[in-house]
Amino acid sequence: MDQQTKDLIDNEIANNEVCLFMKGTPDAPQCGFSMAISNMLKILEVDYKGVNVLENQSLREGIKEFSDWPTIPQLYIKKEFVGGCDIVKEMYENGELKKILENKEIKFKK
Amino acid sequence: MAMDLKEIEALIKEALPDAKIEIQDLAGDGNHYSATVTSGEFSGKSKIEQHKIVYNSLKGKMGNELHALAIKTKE
Repeated sequence: MDQQTKDLIDNEIANNEVCLFMKGTPDAPQCGFSMAISNMLKILEVDYKGVNVLENQSLREGIKEFSDWPTIPQLYIKKEFVGGCDIVKEMYENGELKKILENKEIKFKK
Repeated sequence: MAMDLKEIEALIKEALPDAKIEIQDLAGDGNHYSATVTSGEFSGKSKIEQHKIVYNSLKGKMGNELHALAIKTKE
C-alpha cells in the first residue's frame, strides 16, 4: 500500500467516528453486503461516513491490507475495526452493536 | 470464477481439523456461499479473530475466486 492510500485511510477513520468502507454510497450501495450494514446504521440513526472504495482502486485494495481483512464492507467505530458484514449483522441482531455504540459514546436511536 | 463447495470445506477442515462445517450454496452458482463453522479453536477469541482463521484457511481465495462467503462461527 502506498503512503498516500494509508494517509487517506488514516484520515477517514480519524475524522469520522463511524466510518464505513463500502462499495457505492449510503444512498446508492453497489453491493448487497454494503447495503446491509448501511441499512443497519440508518435504522439506528447513526451518523456515519460512507467511503466508496469503487472510486479508488488503491483504496479498494489498501483497506484490505490496512485491516488485514479480505472483504468489503468494513466498519470502523472510533478508529477501531468492528467487522465486516457477517459480524456486524450478528452484532446488530444480538444487541452487541448497540453496546459498542453506547460504550464508545456514539449517538444512536435506542 | 467459482469454487466448489467440497473444496471450501476441505480447506477449512485442513486448518481446523475438529471443525463441524455446514456450507450452503446460496444462489446455486458456485459463487455465493454461506458457511457455519463450529470449532474448539475459536474458544476465547474475538469474532474478528475467529473469522480471520476461516478466511486464512481459504488461502487468499476469499475476495478472489470466491466472491461471497457469509461466515458464521461458533465455539
